[in-house]
This record gives sequence, structure tokens and C-alpha cells, in this order.
Amino acid sequence: MAFKQVSSPHAHAAQNTAQVMKLVLLATIPGLVALTWQFGWGSFINVVLASVTAVCCEAAIVKMRGRSISFYLGDYSAVVTAVLLGLALPPLTPWWIVVVGTVSSIVVAKQLYGGLGYNPFNPAMVGYVVLLISFPIQMTTWVAPLALLPAGTAHPGLMESLQIVFAGYSPADGVTGATPLDVFKHSSGLLVDQVYDREPLFNQAMFAGAGWEWVNLGFLLGGIVLLTQRIFTWHGPVGMLGALALMSIIFWDSGSSSSPGSPLMHLFSGASMMGAFFILTDPVSSAVSNRGRLIFGILIGILVYVIRAWGNYPDAVAFAVLIANFAAPFIDNYTLPRTYGHTDRRRATEKEEG
Amino acid sequence: MSRTWVTPGGVHPPENKHQSVTQPIGQLPIPEKLIIPLSQHIGAPAIPCVEMGQQVLKGQVIAQAAGMVSIPMHAPSSGTISAIEHRPIAHASGMLAPCIEITTDGADTWIEHEGISDYEHISPRKLIEMIGNAGISGMGGAGFPSAVKLNPGRQRPIDTLIVNATECEPYITADDSAIRERAGEIVEGIKILSAILDHPHHIMIGIEDNKPEAIEALAPHVEGTGISVVVFPTKYPSGGEKQLIYILTGRELPAGKLPADEGMVCINIGTTYAIKRAVIDGEPLISRVTTVTGDAVGTPRNYDTLIGTPVRHLLEHNQFNEQAGGRVVMGGPMMGFTLPSADVPIVKTTNCILAPSYAEIPDDEPAQPCIRCGMCAEACPVSLLPQQLFWYAQAQEHDRLEAHNLFDCIECGACSYVCPSNIPLVQYYRAAKGEIRQAREEKVKSDHARDRFEFHKERIEQAEREKEAKRAARREATQQAKADHAAAANGSAVPSAAPSTPATAAPAGAVPSSSAADIIAAAQARAAAKQASPEDQRAKLERTIASAEQRLKMAEEKLAEAINDDSGKQDKLSAAVENTRQKLEQSKSKLAELAE
Repeated sequence: MAFKQVSSPHAHAAQNTAQVMKLVLLATIPGLVALTWQFGWGSFINVVLASVTAVCCEAAIVKMRGRSISFYLGDYSAVVTAVLLGLALPPLTPWWIVVVGTVSSIVVAKQLYGGLGYNPFNPAMVGYVVLLISFPIQMTTWVAPLALLPAGTAHPGLMESLQIVFAGYSPADGVTGATPLDVFKHSSGLLVDQVYDREPLFNQAMFAGAGWEWVNLGFLLGGIVLLTQRIFTWHGPVGMLGALALMSIIFWDSGSSSSPGSPLMHLFSGASMMGAFFILTDPVSSAVSNRGRLIFGILIGILVYVIRAWGNYPDAVAFAVLIANFAAPFIDNYTLPRTYGHTDRRRATEKEEG
Repeated sequence: MSRTWVTPGGVHPPENKHQSVTQPIGQLPIPEKLIIPLSQHIGAPAIPCVEMGQQVLKGQVIAQAAGMVSIPMHAPSSGTISAIEHRPIAHASGMLAPCIEITTDGADTWIEHEGISDYEHISPRKLIEMIGNAGISGMGGAGFPSAVKLNPGRQRPIDTLIVNATECEPYITADDSAIRERAGEIVEGIKILSAILDHPHHIMIGIEDNKPEAIEALAPHVEGTGISVVVFPTKYPSGGEKQLIYILTGRELPAGKLPADEGMVCINIGTTYAIKRAVIDGEPLISRVTTVTGDAVGTPRNYDTLIGTPVRHLLEHNQFNEQAGGRVVMGGPMMGFTLPSADVPIVKTTNCILAPSYAEIPDDEPAQPCIRCGMCAEACPVSLLPQQLFWYAQAQEHDRLEAHNLFDCIECGACSYVCPSNIPLVQYYRAAKGEIRQAREEKVKSDHARDRFEFHKERIEQAEREKEAKRAARREATQQAKADHAAAANGSAVPSAAPSTPATAAPAGAVPSSSAADIIAAAQARAAAKQASPEDQRAKLERTIASAEQRLKMAEEKLAEAINDDSGKQDKLSAAVENTRQKLEQSKSKLAELAE
């Protein structure tokens, strides 16, 4: 009798990477539903188109690298990146925007760095920033939320949306419009109350911005599901949202004409919730320890607010995340946990004496 | 109810303990052969004290402890010593190690043995000696000799005795069933330990809440003894020594310290039973409770197994289905290691033989890339960052690994258990630890080599300097001697004037004030004296003359012979004779000269 030699442990928990990724995909559904409800079919088309492109890119690169395609596609990581990018892109944006962004994400930001687990930057955000810098007009043209459509018009249907995306048809008048963060950025002469009175984006909203508040609630819901499933810990999201809230309280300025906006608007506008629960929780490019992830989140929260309030861009999650990605290894060096039996935390760069 | 503390991390793998406790502890027929490895413990292997073919009785010492940190081995049953050789043993590397094989006679005849009942009146030293002589080592995991653990001579008194009944590994129920059936004897063993340790302030039995029957069995025996049974929630790996100490006391064992340094002794509950048997009954440790479980065996249950029983014996008596599963594990599914073959014997630390089916423990899936999800860090009971250790282990960055406290890893396997990418993390850490240990050893070696080389170089240079000094002195002396000689020739002084001059001239002429120079001067003087002393010269010349005369005589004889034989060597020999005669003449004339 000769037995198989395997090293311990022999037991394994049932969870695997593909399941983790699938759970993340499922958790994006509330956000996608809210986007589709409030902004039409555009986001759905983005997500599908980006996913197809991502799978093709990933398969091509994995083949070029001489690896097993089924094994590497089986982890769903490319689809997760694509879905997140698709959700971040403006609805009804031309197809080539989606394709260029996805290729940048998968080929450049992910595979050229060595594939899953080796990318220093969040691939979806790299794709997004490449597009934002290269095609600012397409990237800042958003669809108007449901409540703001002119009377008698509706969001284009699925077929019409496909024509807009693939054949370059123009959407009907009034279908596109600004985002709440845009509006706020370009209304510097007015008191916050006046902006709220005048702008339908705000006076049609419950608490933060028409349409956008639903989208953010959707991502918040998905994020809480992932948190309860222990896919990530609370440290990153709470760090970011806490810092963002704190910054917007400090600089709220009681709604003067130079106020960058209320804390509620900042927390429930733009990519706040999606960023907090789906972007900065990307474990590969974030800090590793819990304390590190808290600091990483806080850094992103502060950067998001700083760029939103005083930068050139209305939203800033992508830039803030990429800057924090740079800082992650540095944060890691100083945020080791205290190990059992040791009195102090150690630094990662410490050398043994002698 | 005592307070307990909660360790960080930990996992909850399926317990699978119910299968093996459906029946009481069983007995197996005595196996035909028993294989007793000489090293079943931490420390020096025991030294055999029996010979091939010797008859041994059950409980007889067959190998003696080798020094302080070692234990003796006893025959688990009566029979004949049939081999003393290397055999496969229970080791993760599948290596061979020296073993004694006993072919049993089936009679199972005990050697005469006697215990003591009034251990309260026996000195701790004597009790510890009894435990040592009984060959008891820790039966929970590492197998540290119990007598050494209990030995006084430590810096501080023991105020806490922790009895580890946690048994946190899935599947294993050896301690559980032993407590259920032998709680009285176990508590007796703890009392003996208490007496040895001068009655520590706290005596705690730490046990997980998944063993209600065992907890109940202990209750009547500990009543009024001051021993408390501390129950805490089930979580793997609560049974690690460091983890249990924290759970029960809220104190962490500082890195690099032993429990005794902190006034604690931590001992496995199976060991306390063995201690009771040793002291009260006088029986050495020759058997233990071992769980045989897994879906590949017919009836999972516990057996009171003789040490040295081949695993094959256990499996065959339990309808082992080899086709059902690919591996047989000694220990549990988290920290146990796979056996190379069924010939491996049960040893003093073997608490479980796990033969899982493929359905229970499937073959490992290929590892996927690490995505640093951090689930491992959440599971780590000692707050390491397993994902970072993995990266640095791959990159062989030893400084980083040590800064991340690699050596505090207890290899519990919780990180690998939760890893969604199926990375064999623990295996990487074991390899990295090995590499670092090797690098440390090599550094020590290379430091020694460098020291040796530098010392050697220094020595050579020193010798060279001394030689140089000697040469200088000799030159000096020669010149002096020449000058003296010239002076002597001119002034027709007697040669005997020579000896004194160099002796005084050398130190004056050569480098003064250094001890080397003094030595050289002395040597120089001796040499000069040898050269110049007229008595010596005369004696030497006389010796030369004597030997030359001898040689001349022999040469003349040979020449005469040659002439008689007419062998054609006459010319040569006559030339040699002539040569010798001339040398003799020279010496004689010199001697005459000297005599003047």
C-alpha cells in the first residue's frame, strides 16, 4: 500500500475565487437595475459590451502567454472588471468608447502587468481614466434621469439605444444632461439653497440628486451584501465614506455660495457608493492589512472630496483610487498587525539584527 | 464559570467528530510485529539496550534515554527482538529511522512492576523520575519529554497548570473518548502533577463546548479538588498551546518564551492519564488511545492501541477500503501528515489515523493566483499577514519574511483552509522557514570560515615577519663574524675568541628591544657557539675521522675481495679507497691544527 503524499491542511473551505467573483457580480445587480431604471438601457449595453470585449481580450492574452484559457477565464475576474467599467461609463456612449476602455483595462492595466493578482492599479479605473482624458466630451455626456425627462419623452428603448451606441444615431433632445456634481461645480455664484431651488436635479430629488440617489442606494445595498458575506472587511468602505462625510461636513460652510455641497449629496452622488464598495475593495491593488485598508480608504475619501471641491473634474473616484494605489505598498510597510506574543507592531522594512 | 478570552482569527471546519464516538474505546488483537521507533519525542533518540533474539517482557525497557532531554522505550508486549534497523516512521518527509522490532508471543506477559499510591508523600523529584522512567512524552502534538517539562530548576514557581483537552482538530476524538471513560484516572493524574508542581494556584482543564459528555464526565471528579473545567466555544485552532493560554488566562506567551518562563505548565490530557498509570500503577507508556476514522474505514472508532502497532494492523481490522480514498493521514485534517505506507507504526503522539474518502477530502485543485483578498489574514490565529508572507516566500525575501514574523507561524493551516485560490500557503511557509534556517547556518559557517582564513593569514604574516627578522639578524651576525675573523687573522688571535663576540654583537647590531629580536639573538648566539666552540669542533672532527677510518677499512676489504674475484670493479673501488683515504688525511690534519 503506497499512499498519496499531500501537505497539510487536507481540509479546505468550499469557497473559491470564481465564487467570490460571481458574488461580486451578483452584488452589482441592484446598482445596475437602478441605473437602467433611472437612465435607460445605456448602462446595460455598456456592461454587456464590456464583458464580451473583456473575455475576448483575456482569452487572447492568455493564449499568447501559452496558458490554459478555460482555467484563467474560469475565475471571472475579467468579467468583474468589465462590469465595473461598464457601470462607470456614461449610458449611450459610443461602442468604441466601451471597447477602448475595456482593452485598456484588461490588456494594459491587467495582463501586461502579469494578469490577475499582479496589477498594481485598479484595471477598471485605469480604463476609465484613459477614456476620461482622451475623450472628455463623450465621457461627460450623461443621460438625464427619469424625473428630468421633458414631458412626453422617454428614455430610448433597447433597439433605439443599440442604434445610438453602434450606429451613431443621436438621442432625442433632452435625453442627455448634466450630473448633480456637474451642476454644483458650475453654480459657484449661488447659495446652496438657491441651487436646490432652481435645479430640477435637486428639487426633483429626495435628498441628494435625482436618479443618482437611487443608483447610490443600489450600490450601497450590494455592498452591504458583500460585507455580510465577508468578501471584504468594513475598513476600506467605512474609511472612504467616513472621510468623505467628514470632509464635506468640515467644508459645508453652511451652504454659502462657495460651499462644495452637502454631505448627503457627496455620499449619494456620482460614484461614491460604487467606489466605496466595488472599486477600492479590489484587494489586488489596495493595501493588505485591515489598518492599511482603513488608511487606504480614508486617503481615497479625502482625495475624492479635494478633487470634487477644488479640482477640475466633477467626480474623482477614479483618480483618487489610482493615486491611492500608488500609496498602497507604502501604507503596507507601516501597517503590519501586531503578532501574538509581540509587544509592538513591526515595520515591513525592518532588518534582523546582526 | 471562569472567564475566557477570544483569540483572533480561527476557522470552523466541519467537525466530523460524531462518527468515531458511537462506540466505546476498543481493543485490537496484539499485532504479530511491533515496531518501536527510537525517536518518538523531541530530543535525543533512545539507545537500544537489547540484542537480537532476546526475549522481552511487556513493559521491559528496550532502549534507554540518551541524556537529559530524552525518554526510554519499553516493550509494548512480550516477545522476541527480531530486528534493530531503519524503518519507515511517521514523519512528514517519509524518512527511515532506527527502530526496534518485536515479534510478539501473544502471551502479553508483564514484567514485574509496582506503583505507589501515596504520591503526596513522595518527593517531586522522585515522581518526576518515575515519569521519566515510564517514557512519557507529550501525547498531544510535539512529544516533549514530560519529565523535562515538569523538572524544577526553573526561574519562577508555577502558578498555573493548564490541561489541554481542547482537541480542536476535526475528526479526532481520542481525548474526548478517553475523558468519557477514564475521567477519574485523568483527574488522579492531574493531582499528581499538582503535587509535583507544589500545588499551583490555578489548575484548569481547557475544553471546547463540543464535548458535553466529556465535560459531564469530569464534573464529579473535579468537585472539591480546586481543578476547574473551563469550557469555551469551539474554534480551530484553540488547542494550540499559545492559543489555549490566551483563551484561559488572557495572557500571551511572549515570542521565544516557554510557558514555564511565565509560570505556567501546559500539558495534554492524554498525558495526564499516562502519568497516573506510571505513578500509581507503575506502568510505562506502552499504549494510547488512537482514533481511526474517515469514510474509507468501516467503523470509525477509538482503540487503545499498543505503541508500535503498524497502521496496517489498525486499517485491516477496520475494513479499510483502499480504493475509496487516496491518502491516509496521521493526525487530523488540518495539521496531520500523509503516511508514505501502512507499515508506519503508531507512536506516542499518534492521536488519529484518518482515512478519508475522495468525497470527504478530494484531491487538491490547482492553485490560482493570489488576489490578496485577505481571508487568510482574517483566519490567522496569530495575526500574521499570510498573503504577504506568501509573496515574500515566493520571492525568497528573507528579511521581509522575518519582519512579517514568519517564525511566529504555528502552521495551523487556517490560512490555506480559507484560501479561495487553493494556494498551499503552509507549505510555502515551511519551505521558507527551512531556507532561512539553512541560510542562517550557512552564515555561521561562512563567518567561521572567514575568521579561520583571517587568522591563518595573520599567522602566515607573523611567521614571515619573524623569518625576515631572523634573516636580518643572521646577516648582521655573519658580517660581524667576518669582521672578527679578519681581525683575528690580522691579530693572530685564537679562534676561541669568536664565540663571545657574535653573542654580544647581534643584539647590539640588530633591532633591539623587541622580544623577537632577543630570541633571534639567543638563537644566533647558540648557532655561533656551535660553530665556534673548539671542543665541539674537535669532537666533530674526531667523529669524522672515526667514521672515515671505518669506511676506509670497509672499502679496502671490498677492494681486496674484488681483486680476488677479478670482477672488474677494481678500478672503481681503488678510486673510492683513495678518495676516503684523502678525506681522512684532511680531517687528521685539521685536528692537528686545532690541537695547536
